Amino acid sequence: MKESATHETARRYGMVIDLDKCTGCGACMVSCYAENNVPFKKDESNKLDSINWIRVVKMTNQKPYPDTQICYLPMPCMQCDGVGKHGHSPCVSVCPAVATDYDFTTGIVSQIYTRCFGCRYCMAACPYHARKFNWWDPVWPADMEKYLSPNVSPRMRGVVEKCSFCFHRYQLARDKAYQEERAELEENEYQPACVEACPVKAMTFGDLNNPAHAVYELKNHKHAFRLLERLETNPKVYYISSKEWVRRNGDNYLPDEAPGRLKSKAKARH
Amino acid sequence: MFPFVFEWVWDMSHMVFMGGLWYALTIMGLGLTYCIIKALIDTRQKKGGTHGGH
Amino acid sequence: METPLIPPGVKRCPTWQFALWMAAVGAVLLWGVYAMILVWWKGLNQTNMNDAYGFALWIWADLAVIALGGGAFFTGFLTYIIGKDKLKGIINYAVIIGFICYSSALLILAIDIGQPLRGWFIFWHANVHSMLTEVAFCLSCYFGVLTIEFIPLILENPRLAAKPFLHHLSHNMHEIMAVFAATGVFLSFFHQGSLGGVAGVLFGRPFAYREGIFIWPWTFFLFTWSAAACGPCFTILVTWITEKITGKKLVQQDVIGLLAKIAGWMLITYIIAKSIDTLYWALVTAPGMGFTLMDFYTDHPIYNIGILFAEIVLCGFLPALILITRRGRENGFLLILSVLLAVLGCSINRWVMVLQVMAVPVFSFESWFLYSPSWQEVATTILPVAYGVILISLAHRYLPVFPQEKELNPAN
Repeated sequence: MKESATHETARRYGMVIDLDKCTGCGACMVSCYAENNVPFKKDESNKLDSINWIRVVKMTNQKPYPDTQICYLPMPCMQCDGVGKHGHSPCVSVCPAVATDYDFTTGIVSQIYTRCFGCRYCMAACPYHARKFNWWDPVWPADMEKYLSPNVSPRMRGVVEKCSFCFHRYQLARDKAYQEERAELEENEYQPACVEACPVKAMTFGDLNNPAHAVYELKNHKHAFRLLERLETNPKVYYISSKEWVRRNGDNYLPDEAPGRLKSKAKARH
Repeated sequence: MFPFVFEWVWDMSHMVFMGGLWYALTIMGLGLTYCIIKALIDTRQKKGGTHGGH
Repeated sequence: METPLIPPGVKRCPTWQFALWMAAVGAVLLWGVYAMILVWWKGLNQTNMNDAYGFALWIWADLAVIALGGGAFFTGFLTYIIGKDKLKGIINYAVIIGFICYSSALLILAIDIGQPLRGWFIFWHANVHSMLTEVAFCLSCYFGVLTIEFIPLILENPRLAAKPFLHHLSHNMHEIMAVFAATGVFLSFFHQGSLGGVAGVLFGRPFAYREGIFIWPWTFFLFTWSAAACGPCFTILVTWITEKITGKKLVQQDVIGLLAKIAGWMLITYIIAKSIDTLYWALVTAPGMGFTLMDFYTDHPIYNIGILFAEIVLCGFLPALILITRRGRENGFLLILSVLLAVLGCSINRWVMVLQVMAVPVFSFESWFLYSPSWQEVATTILPVAYGVILISLAHRYLPVFPQEKELNPAN
């Protein structure tokens, strides 16, 4: 919060997900569970109280067979920049105890578990349902505790958690670069677990401000869009889909509006 | 809440918000102190005192 | 039957009857306490809340009791600052009701947070940009003000008043009550408003989001306004219920009439402002985000468009129009009906601004999120009601809450 006066971030790490490639296999979710010590319940049938930092949502075009089309939408935390890219993301601005923070050096929205007291205001503020509450104490079966990642602290009951773009990997990469007396990271030095796990390379990750990174170009793809762009949350997760109905599902439009024709303020900003 | 807490920044938001808080707390504190001290003095002077119009 | 503990000149029920009454209400209280301990011990998995419904029954109860407890600050404002001396006949009771409402709100908040032992973080690590921080600060401070306003009344208990120091303390606190009342008004303006701001700033939630002025969304002002309008209505309603239970007239009708008239004018101006806000939101703000008004309502028994009608017309304009007319206020049935409707209207508004915000799907591919509270949530919401009844019973029995009681019941 202290750097909020500087406004623009040095780096803006973001993701571009090609929905035409995504098969909905869920490898991104599995890798995220393992990488980030995400707890799970014995019975995971109720998705409304289960924890996942990235989830794959199944969408259809609501048409009957044989015109039915399906699209799988992987949804991590959108790492919103907020209105005017000032770090005024929906969740950070509302947290009463500064338990969630916008990092102006990376654009990543963090969650400080030991600071969170579980008021859940951030969950109410997030339209993407990216934030999850620990309704139970985390319990890992048998010896699984021994397999937990030492780089990510497990969370306790009563706090909110969410995707951090595997921030610990960024820290490790920064440490390595520091030892090698480098100031900048290579694009492949810092990649989240979900991106690495994707078998069809549907996810691309990098610095949205850096022309040398693939995401810089991809975000300007003619079929690129962001979820709920009209709310001016300014997400750093972009999607690409050649299907018009998928792009339309990504936001809300009045009956006489179409995604392509709409000149929203948010669109102009990205 | 206090300038020595990690999040504290000397900006307008903190000064207005915390200024309002400490202003209210000071009035309440001073008001109560006044009442207690005056009650002690009144008791020592053995004043009759009535409740008037309340 | 009379004991030195009971104020002189008033009649109270026999001790056995009072004990029986307290035992009955106490049983309900214990049920709530049991649920509260369960929640603290086992965690929020005892509730039916989920990740889509992070704010639910408790937050509604919080917002509702704070709004209805607003009778204390507004009646205090009218009595001590505007100088409406007539309202001294009801100000004590308004303060007690406010004290109950605010202590209940703080208790519910303590149950509602996932890590109750870290509750102090909201003060210590305050994010001054969060509306919830403002709510926590002003709510706690105002509870302090209400305690200060309640203390002199407690000290007027005959047995306590017999001690010279306590007698003088009570007298001195009464003397400078206007200072405390003014502080209370200042704090109330901000926390009632901030509670409106809690929903209004959610720019990711098109159902809640409102534009505004500077950092305050319009809901900030509407919440303060509605609390000032409906809080006194709640005070009148509880006074009427108390009169029915005790079988005695406790406050002169012209005092009730004056408070009802002021509340009526506050309510009519509020509901006009609320209507303008709703129209602007439905015609400008929401369409700008890609939503039509009917996207926010469904054929659900609660979340259909009827809830908007109920809030604004049935529980807004109707009671307001009754209360601003002399004939309406002088008719006992219409007066109570209208304050009841106003209280319901305010509660519906708080319900809508918390639970419907969670229920409305933001994505076109999502469906409505529905929730029904667990028994633990219901019990802990009823707990403050039982606590309130107990505190009112004790206050009425042992304290001179109603200065006009003796005069109105000369046969005693």
